[in-house]
Amino acid sequence: MRPDLDIVADLVGSGQRVLDLGCGDGALLENLISERDCSGLGVERELDDFHACIARGVPVTQGDLEEELPRFGAGDFDVAVLSLTLQAVRRPDQVLTEMKRVASRLVVSLPNFAHWRLRSTLALRGRMPVTDALPYHWYDTPNIHLCTIADFEALSDELGLTVDRRILIDARGRRAPAMTRRAPNLLAERVVYSLIA
Amino acid sequence: MSDAGLGIVETRRAVVFTGDRPLRLASGATLPEVEVAYETYGRLNEEKTNAVFICHALSGDAHAAGTHFGDDPKRPGWWDNIVGPGRPLDTDRFFVICANVLGGCKGTTGPSSINPATGEPYGLRFPLVQVRDLVETHRALLRELGIERLLAAVGGSLGGMQALQWAIDHPTEVDGAAIIAASARLSAQNIAFSAVAREAIMRDPDFAGGDYYANDRRPDAGLALARMIGHITYLSEESMREKFGRRIQDAEVPRFGFDVDFQVESYLHYQGQSFVERFDANTYLYMGRVMDYFDPFEDPVHVQTQIAKGGTSFLVISFDSDWRFSTEHARVMASELRGAGAPVTFQEISSPHGHDSFLFAEPPEYHRTVAGYLDRLAAQAGIASREGAA
Repeated sequence: MRPDLDIVADLVGSGQRVLDLGCGDGALLENLISERDCSGLGVERELDDFHACIARGVPVTQGDLEEELPRFGAGDFDVAVLSLTLQAVRRPDQVLTEMKRVASRLVVSLPNFAHWRLRSTLALRGRMPVTDALPYHWYDTPNIHLCTIADFEALSDELGLTVDRRILIDARGRRAPAMTRRAPNLLAERVVYSLIA
Repeated sequence: MSDAGLGIVETRRAVVFTGDRPLRLASGATLPEVEVAYETYGRLNEEKTNAVFICHALSGDAHAAGTHFGDDPKRPGWWDNIVGPGRPLDTDRFFVICANVLGGCKGTTGPSSINPATGEPYGLRFPLVQVRDLVETHRALLRELGIERLLAAVGGSLGGMQALQWAIDHPTEVDGAAIIAASARLSAQNIAFSAVAREAIMRDPDFAGGDYYANDRRPDAGLALARMIGHITYLSEESMREKFGRRIQDAEVPRFGFDVDFQVESYLHYQGQSFVERFDANTYLYMGRVMDYFDPFEDPVHVQTQIAKGGTSFLVISFDSDWRFSTEHARVMASELRGAGAPVTFQEISSPHGHDSFLFAEPPEYHRTVAGYLDRLAAQAGIASREGAA
């Protein structure tokens, strides 16, 4: 499993009812179900990923998460997970609000667009940055709503979400060095949040 | 991979309930003698872990796949495209069983069978049956075959309802239930169509209160009409437009009259006529009612208790052009199952064929999902994977 999913799994915890939005090939849910006694449901739009979930025995709904989310009932889940997907949805604010409705806790990971390398590419070269964490060009990127750590925390606050834990990670998905904490918005490439609704 | 299909198959019969061991129906009534017509494909493994049961729909029968001796090999069983060596219900690995339903007219005891108490056909004296009675009859068949557990129950439409009921009533006996183009609760519109079909049959002067078996004439006109109505609901507007448009049958210009003129009329007429040659009007009435009254989630607490007993996983599939049991039906079912604590995988598949989509091999996404789901169940049960598959 990708190292950042390990961190996400730790934040989800054991024995939880988990909704994984944009669950990909189902690796996280498989781990949560088989290793951590969770029950879970994935939502995945891409067919190859949907079939990978079936092959793992992970329950999954094939579809667009922004269309599927409103169909779940309030409090249907303990934890709603959105892993490196917030930046690709049409309305991040509405997705977070819906997640808050269906689950009491949110685990959200995202790339930080204020990382110094991105800032410098834009500032010095005047070009949209292409990095390991964000490997797309401006014209083919699925990431239509990139934000910074500061942006995300401001929105969370506005939506009444309380940051329970925040883990800074590098482009490979491992925990970032301790010094990153001195200036997260400048030094962290990615971040994982546990938020209380 | 060669795709030769199953070749010659045959329908067998088994007596599964007798006078001293009758079938007790969910309604409390009993049936003293029940015979079941069934077919099997593939081999039961030594551990008896590879049995897959096909539950058929309203007008189906035990002959799901392969060809009967003497039949046209180009006209195999009704679900041949999904059953056979290397197909999703892979007979190289699975022991596939399909049986005619209780109340049917294709070899299993139903209203056209002789009532042992009177020596006459039951007619409408046959008791009203429910989906769970259909399931109990097929469980009794499995006992005869020495099978205690299903790798999967698979079915479309009324077949999906049986797979669902089977998993709810006997959660420890079903590893997986694949429920396709089905509903857990008919809508008012569904029941309305069912009512018109029933009226068409019962108002036919030849219906004779259901006791037409000894007569020269049967309620063919009523049954054909019921089938025509049903058939309209099985197709989508798009598939009808593509298949027939407004074309005129055997002519370039309209004949302007009240006889069959448009191609779609000719098609419906043919569907109705060919149906009466192979189907019993009373069975049509009984199966209509089986579906109308189906409501497995009536007591959600009971369903929750049942689901907690076993580890059945569910696959729910709908088709976007199906307006008889629309995706909304499937979503409600998936949601109720999840609410009861069951793991449910759900997919709406885009297909132009309306409700009948479950009978087609296209689009390939449909069979890919069913095959993948069964492969996963097989892997969990320790059954060797498909030859050449990853």
